Amino acid sequence: MNNTIPHEWDGFNLGRWSNGSVNVREFIQMNYTPYSGDGSFLAAPTEATTKLWEQVMELSAKERAAGGVLDMDTKIISTITSHGPGYLDKKLEKIVGFQTDKPFKRSLQPFGGIRMAQNACKENGYEVDPSVVEIFTKYRKTHNQGVFDAYTPEMKLARHAAIITGLPDAYGRGRIIGDYRRVALYGIDRLIEDKKHQIDTSLIRMTSKNIRLREELAEQVRALGELKELGQIYGFDISKPAANAQEAVQWLYFGYLAAVKEQNGAAMSLGRTSTFLDIYIERDLAKGIITEQQAQEYIDHFIMKLRLVKFARTPEYNELFSGDPTWVTESIGGVGVDGRPLVTKNSFRYLHTLDNLGTAPEPNMTILWSKNLPRNFKEYCAEMSIKSSSIQYENDDLMRETHGDDYAIACCVSSMKIGKEMQFFGARANLAKCLLYAINGGVDERLKIQVGPEFRPVTGDYLDYDDVMKKYDAMMEWLAGLYVNTLNVIHYMHDKYSYERIQMALHDRDVKRYFATGIAGLSVVADSLSAIKYAKVKCIRDENGIVTDYEVEGDFPKYGNNDDRVDSIAVDLVRNFMDKIRKHHTYRDGVPTMSILTITSNVVYGKKTGNTPDGRKMGVPLAPGANPMHGRDTHGALASLSSVAKLPFRHAQDGISNTFSIIPDALGKDTRVFAGEIDLDKLREEDND
Amino acid sequence: MNGFIHSTESFGTVDGPGIRFVIFMQGCPMRCLYCHNPDTWKIGSGKEVTAAQLIAEYEKYKEFMHNGGITVSGGEPLVQTEFVTELFAAAKAKNINTCLDTSGVTFNPNDTRSIDELIKYTDLVMLDIKHIDNEAHKKLTGHENKNILAFARYLMQNKVPLWVRHVIVPGITDSSEELMELGQFLAELDNLKAVDVLPYHDMGKTKYKSLGIDYPLENVKPLSKDDAEKAKNIILNGIRKGLKNKKEK
Repeated sequence: MNNTIPHEWDGFNLGRWSNGSVNVREFIQMNYTPYSGDGSFLAAPTEATTKLWEQVMELSAKERAAGGVLDMDTKIISTITSHGPGYLDKKLEKIVGFQTDKPFKRSLQPFGGIRMAQNACKENGYEVDPSVVEIFTKYRKTHNQGVFDAYTPEMKLARHAAIITGLPDAYGRGRIIGDYRRVALYGIDRLIEDKKHQIDTSLIRMTSKNIRLREELAEQVRALGELKELGQIYGFDISKPAANAQEAVQWLYFGYLAAVKEQNGAAMSLGRTSTFLDIYIERDLAKGIITEQQAQEYIDHFIMKLRLVKFARTPEYNELFSGDPTWVTESIGGVGVDGRPLVTKNSFRYLHTLDNLGTAPEPNMTILWSKNLPRNFKEYCAEMSIKSSSIQYENDDLMRETHGDDYAIACCVSSMKIGKEMQFFGARANLAKCLLYAINGGVDERLKIQVGPEFRPVTGDYLDYDDVMKKYDAMMEWLAGLYVNTLNVIHYMHDKYSYERIQMALHDRDVKRYFATGIAGLSVVADSLSAIKYAKVKCIRDENGIVTDYEVEGDFPKYGNNDDRVDSIAVDLVRNFMDKIRKHHTYRDGVPTMSILTITSNVVYGKKTGNTPDGRKMGVPLAPGANPMHGRDTHGALASLSSVAKLPFRHAQDGISNTFSIIPDALGKDTRVFAGEIDLDKLREEDND
Repeated sequence: MNGFIHSTESFGTVDGPGIRFVIFMQGCPMRCLYCHNPDTWKIGSGKEVTAAQLIAEYEKYKEFMHNGGITVSGGEPLVQTEFVTELFAAAKAKNINTCLDTSGVTFNPNDTRSIDELIKYTDLVMLDIKHIDNEAHKKLTGHENKNILAFARYLMQNKVPLWVRHVIVPGITDSSEELMELGQFLAELDNLKAVDVLPYHDMGKTKYKSLGIDYPLENVKPLSKDDAEKAKNIILNGIRKGLKNKKEK
């Protein structure tokens, strides 16, 4: 890569990052200014911000009134350069760019599957242009079609019965984070140069693996060229590095915008950008060329854009995810491997948008929490959490061991080193249903058809723990194999027909690929097995002899009460299923991981899962993620959280989520009504009010 | 010996200073109209435990108990004074902060032997004074308040730090006169460390329903924060007035 030092880097400490290699982490480490103060420096929204946000609120109201979608593109296939510029109010916007030529207009993205794109339009009262449909049915194959060409009948059946759920076989898999910071730090020309060097130094023995890599790298270079063009569409030359804070935010956003123009992924996360951008802001503040108010304005406008990322989706999709989430996750804070917290003033500015623009679920602000974060920052986070209920927390002390200090979260819990690791998103296997299959010898309790292997079902009136465990183990063995192989098909086809060119262009050449799997129903299974072990569970069979209901006689320990008798069942289950996953070949040598993270889809999974031996009835939602079942954790928050905390991260490295709500009054005394530290001597001297 | 408990709470943030492990004892002689834990009334039922078991349970959470400790609440803990004494003695042996949340109703000024023993191991008492007026107190709880007020004075004489809690129920415990009077009474207590005003809420309703008991305050609305704040200020004024009177005497 070009070794001359461009003037845009004036004032930065130079190192390997500036000497021929792409190394954003080192740039951050050498240049950031840790901040341990409080939030008193933060600035209120500018007039422009307030005006723009009012406009957004108006458009949102119109969108709601129109039934959830205001406008859809039905003809232009979304690519990085497909649309002309779009604005809210060009004069007021400090950061610009929309997915299409106007805000709130959803783009047409048929590469994942034309039927999904058609349905998304149809359900919202639009129709995809017939010529587009023709192209994507007659001439251009989609990811979805490829997958169904390769699926086995067993895979289709498992999908239909919802023992494997939420598979990204008809929509974009997402969960890949481009290192969008690279666009700002290096400019496109340097990145293209670097990619060309990667091609020049790639293996030329033409195995299918090497051919694929060469083709992908060529696509990446092409995508970077288009990204440069996207800048031009909005009147910017992003071929060179960003020269100031505003440009840095804008360049970075263009990188992200290109990604969401090209991919309608299930989670399109942003990365870890606040401290990176702080370096530019600090430089401009020190030079006296911007004020704090301007700095906040850049961030406010940037966040506003992130809130307006929209995709064309079907009602079923929205039902599965309880809304229309984009998972623009931004990871904030954390501590460096050298022990310095990575909190900067800009970490505060990001959270402050929740005040300036009001609360919102997107972008999904995620605090990488460490015991060693500055006290002031912790307090600010707590304050903003209480105010907004919009902040997610993840354990940095745990993840830093695996990923170092420049990782970010994709979606809600998936951790990966930015630009160096990616993941193949793998939906989840329903372990609760799997238990029912074990009891019924592979017969689906709802559909009453043979879905799993025809193993011997449970006989007798009462469930026997050892018998059930043996059968369950065999059924999980089957499920793990089928699951991994189904995912192999999906990711092969996604790479082939809907490759994430721009996101992967913002990665190194040799990335580590995580092969992410997931489980649903952990607490239902733990409680069910506990009921079988510690109480008596009677089987109720239907006329065909299928066990469709259970009667629990007696009490049993329930997961979520810090009781090892049942928590150990949950721990064993996680390790056991992960070990079964590990036995299988994974596409592109992906490193298998597992998550326990359903946040909303547990509701739909519950609908598709019959009565369970813990006494849960058919249709009742499974608990989200690794949560205890609703209402069964009766010993308070710490007991509940302690149960969850026992789950081994190394067997669930893709993340463990726990959805926690508490009324603010249960977090401590309100000084308004509590008179603590009473000093009678002082009171005596005071006058009555 | 064994104690009877209703339940435990691993993350208590409002029952004493810091983050606390709260033990709800089973059994209470009072029948306060606004009680939100009617399931703790029955004496002699509940889960049987030993002090050692409870200490072991606490220890699971000790890392989280910043500036906190163990609070024994209820129910009425003093129904099982001997057990609580054993528990607190065990806690103090491990240097765990102890807090007793009580109504004081079982206090007998003529025989304080068991309480004398208990307060040796008690770092803080949270005394819930339901009503300062004896008649009103009877109506509200079914008991007189004489011994309760005597208990407050006893704690002062024995230098046991005290928080006074007072639930503000609209129409029952929220009159300015009553709150002033309560404040003036509190002015006597030089062991007073905090006044904890608790706005009445009706979240106990569902428990009454499931126990098949009529909810006595069906038509009383929960108290707002603003009103609770006002009540707090009246009590503080009462304390100031009481202190001035004392000085003048």
